[in-house]
Amino acid sequence: MVKPEKLIENGIRLDGRKPDEIRPIKIKVGVLNRADGSCYFEFGGNKVIAAVYGPREVHPRHMQKSNSAVVRYRYNMASFSVEDRKRPGPDRRSIEVSKVSREALEPVIFQEYFPRSAIDIFVEVLQADAGTRTAGINAASIALADAGIPMKSLVSACAVGKVDDTLVLDLNKDEDNYGQADMPIAMTPDGNITLLQMDGHLTREEFKEGLEMAKRGCLMIAEMQRAALLEKYSSLIEGEVNE
Amino acid sequence: MSNEIMSELRKDYIYNLMIKGEREDGRKFDEYREITIDTNVIEKAEGSARVKLGDTHLVVGVKIQTGTPFPDTPDQGVIITNLELIPLASPVFESGPPREDAIELARVVDRGIRESESIDLSKLCITPGEKVWMVFIDVHVLDDGGNIMDAASLGAIAALMTAKLPAQRFGVGEDTPVPMRDVPVAVTAVEIGGTIMLDPSLNEQSISGTKLTVISNQDGGISGMQKSGVHPLTTEQINYIVDISIEKAKELREKFLEI
Repeated sequence: MVKPEKLIENGIRLDGRKPDEIRPIKIKVGVLNRADGSCYFEFGGNKVIAAVYGPREVHPRHMQKSNSAVVRYRYNMASFSVEDRKRPGPDRRSIEVSKVSREALEPVIFQEYFPRSAIDIFVEVLQADAGTRTAGINAASIALADAGIPMKSLVSACAVGKVDDTLVLDLNKDEDNYGQADMPIAMTPDGNITLLQMDGHLTREEFKEGLEMAKRGCLMIAEMQRAALLEKYSSLIEGEVNE
Repeated sequence: MSNEIMSELRKDYIYNLMIKGEREDGRKFDEYREITIDTNVIEKAEGSARVKLGDTHLVVGVKIQTGTPFPDTPDQGVIITNLELIPLASPVFESGPPREDAIELARVVDRGIRESESIDLSKLCITPGEKVWMVFIDVHVLDDGGNIMDAASLGAIAALMTAKLPAQRFGVGEDTPVPMRDVPVAVTAVEIGGTIMLDPSLNEQSISGTKLTVISNQDGGISGMQKSGVHPLTTEQINYIVDISIEKAKELREKFLEI
């Protein structure tokens, strides 16, 4: 695809969104049978699935910690998830994404409750459309709750970027490719930032404004995450009562 | 690098100093350790720099050769950044393929140079679609004294600024300097018990829960950022770090990198 002449026209983006609008989100909780917790998360064109296993025994054993659980996070893109086939397996990008995503979730997990055990989070990107790491974190956060892992709060993630000199929330693929900046953040609902990355070009003022914008995006997503969990578990509780 | 072994006593010591407004080496919270940068230290490389940032010591070598461009950018050169935490530099580094710490460091250094558009990639094109210059930036950490990120970023840009395109050797004209447009500088801060410190030493780095690196340009804009570590940061802390990082980057650039 060639660079579109304008990414924003009359304040409306190519996909019809306003600058501060996020893409449609679809959440399904508990979609896998074998995993202890799971979540399917659609974020615009992104389709990701997260599974949580644990707390369980640590393999290899030398990785275990005597005073807390180890949290492991594997972000993986399916070879068919992108335009040109991606070579399967971890690459430098996915190793970095895995690291920062794990660090985005670790602060909310009560790791000290489970010494000598592992909490494994697996995120599989089935289709990618810019913002896969944020979709992955959103999904993983729900999957952790679904697995019954004690958490201080949920974590929500959203990116903000700059296209045609305008700050926009939640970049799509074209905006990511041809935009001027991309800044994914993750935060807890009380405003603690657990992931912050940025590349491109922003002035100091744009950064500050962008950060506030991304925080508003995260809060919107947090509502939806909460609602999805409530939907599954409130109906489950009613079902048990009826029996 | 938080797996560096340190006694609880030492942690207490640094923490208590911090409460009194002091650091173990007597620096102010926003003060850098002594920096020395020597360029052209490796004659075989097209550009090189040796950086000492306090106890941290590393060498950056830039090798440049011709190659084929990526199909989606046929008229642009290629930059590849690599960083190795070799076992020579610390008892906790192991040999083998780079692990996530090294990959993260390399990718952040790379992003700073790439996203600031400090190298004019279109000027690295020799024949569109066929032949372009490939710039390999390799960072070898020799001694880990903390804050490898800033040292590597300073070294990379210093090495690039002295690097030459070896056109004569490849039979494509006269040697020319690498076309530079900007001088990005990385500034790393750590948060310890609510206090923000710049340029963490090894001890400070290993007790801090979080690092935030801000890469800024000549015009005071930001071209890269990376939060690393499990401890969350508040918006106020982040905005404060961004502000002092931009000021500090300006200072470092004027002192060490202006030609």
